[in-house]
Amino acid sequence: MASHESHTGRLPGLFANPDMSSFTEFLGAYSPRSLPGGRTPPASRAGDDIPHGTTIVAVTFPGGVVMAGDRRATAGHVIAQRDIEKVFRADEFSAIAIAGTAGIGIEMVRLFQVELEHYEKREGRTLSVEGKANRLATMVRQNLAMAMQGLAVVPLFAGYDEERDEGRIFSYDPAGGRYEERDFHSVGSGSVFARGALKKLYRPDLSAEDAGLVCVQALYDAADDDSATGGPDLTRRIFPVVASVTSDGYRRLGEDEVGALAQAVVDGRYDSPGGPTAPLR
Amino acid sequence: MPFYVSPEQQMKDKADYARKGISRGRSVVVLQYDDGILFVADNPSRALHKISEIYDRIAFAAVGKYNEFENLRLGGVRYADINGYQYDRRDVTARGLANVYAQSLGTIFTETNKPYEVELVVAEVGDDAETDQIYRLTFDGSVADEHGYVAMGGQADAVAQSLKDGYREGSSLSDALRTAVRALEAQDSDRHLEATSLEVAVLDRNREHRLFKRLAAARIGELLAESEGGEPGAAGSGAGSDAGSDAGGGED
Repeated sequence: MASHESHTGRLPGLFANPDMSSFTEFLGAYSPRSLPGGRTPPASRAGDDIPHGTTIVAVTFPGGVVMAGDRRATAGHVIAQRDIEKVFRADEFSAIAIAGTAGIGIEMVRLFQVELEHYEKREGRTLSVEGKANRLATMVRQNLAMAMQGLAVVPLFAGYDEERDEGRIFSYDPAGGRYEERDFHSVGSGSVFARGALKKLYRPDLSAEDAGLVCVQALYDAADDDSATGGPDLTRRIFPVVASVTSDGYRRLGEDEVGALAQAVVDGRYDSPGGPTAPLR
Repeated sequence: MPFYVSPEQQMKDKADYARKGISRGRSVVVLQYDDGILFVADNPSRALHKISEIYDRIAFAAVGKYNEFENLRLGGVRYADINGYQYDRRDVTARGLANVYAQSLGTIFTETNKPYEVELVVAEVGDDAETDQIYRLTFDGSVADEHGYVAMGGQADAVAQSLKDGYREGSSLSDALRTAVRALEAQDSDRHLEATSLEVAVLDRNREHRLFKRLAAARIGELLAESEGGEPGAAGSGAGSDAGSDAGGGED
């Protein structure tokens, strides 16, 4: 990296090189080991003792999308953290959530946030929803060697598409495959149970608030059957993180709002432990 | 080497060259107001900006050659983002950025044949007017720590004089904008600036997360109309409802 030192005092060569608007590309050139994909993967497979994030759900509704995640991180059979946050603002019109290895996932989120803001500041425009989704796919792909050693990260991305005036959801596989999902999706260890609930509770005409309720119901069902997913903790008042993205931008629901949703879901389960029933015919 | 040119003469020639280049362009004004820092440029372009966001609380304004200050702006965004990423967002400061720019401009001035024909302001909005920071950087890398207001570009002396006469601490956004526009109109005797020929942005301490915001032409027109009637005496007394529409802090 001789170019850093070659002009003492000036913006070092790479800082002045005008052709990259991607922060990740720049960081990769400037300090390769700062990138999750730039590090040498461990020689042997990582064990269960590294914290893993669990279940994330996302549901679209007319004019936007809601994303929610439970608050548990597990290391093997131990609860590593009971109030971890796994849903984040990516930029003004998108949200990102992570399941899988928590440490690398949170690093990826931070990188993705800077990536979007960096592009916006340099180019004077925001990336398209597809552009953002593709950048994230590249980041996931760069983590493939880590994923092979048991340190996989699987994000879920949700954005508001200004041209279509609708919310869109993108899921990923550890190899960087990017898939657009219709209506709703879930990832993480409890996702199979959550998805069953989403399938029965989703309607195309949900309001923003009801979409949030669907998310909390689905997370409850995931926690019901998956030991790694945390349910709403009414005693400590630890509730899922719920965020919506609409034409008004990203908004994380306040603790009182999510608290009310969680309370309603738990109250309902006293009468019907399996949750709302779908009509049979 | 046929002729000997003394270092003094060399530096003087370069400085004259840079000054001449800068004075050909139109002016930019930066001034503090009650909710933050206001940037106003005499710039009709919607796409080629003279005022830009660098980071959460930091903005950049420049005059001179576009390709040169744009290069500095892009480098500044990288500097800020990489430091914010590797440390924390709070660890990115205008002082650090001003230092990098000063080193950069100083080296270019002394070591290359053609100095940059630019002048910059790097400003960071604080929690109150006392903690606001405004740094002015010139083509040779000198840095000045400014308070209140700064004028740079063509006819900067006339603009600065007008600002000196019109500037008052703690004025409202509309009054500060009026002062700035009047100062920019002092570039020429018969200059009149419409909302559409102005580039205006603020670092508003009442916003969240990213404090930089560009004002659209319609909003600029509104603010100018607001401050038009009353002159300084009215001091934006009736302006509260409009001025606070997106800031939420416009009292008095």
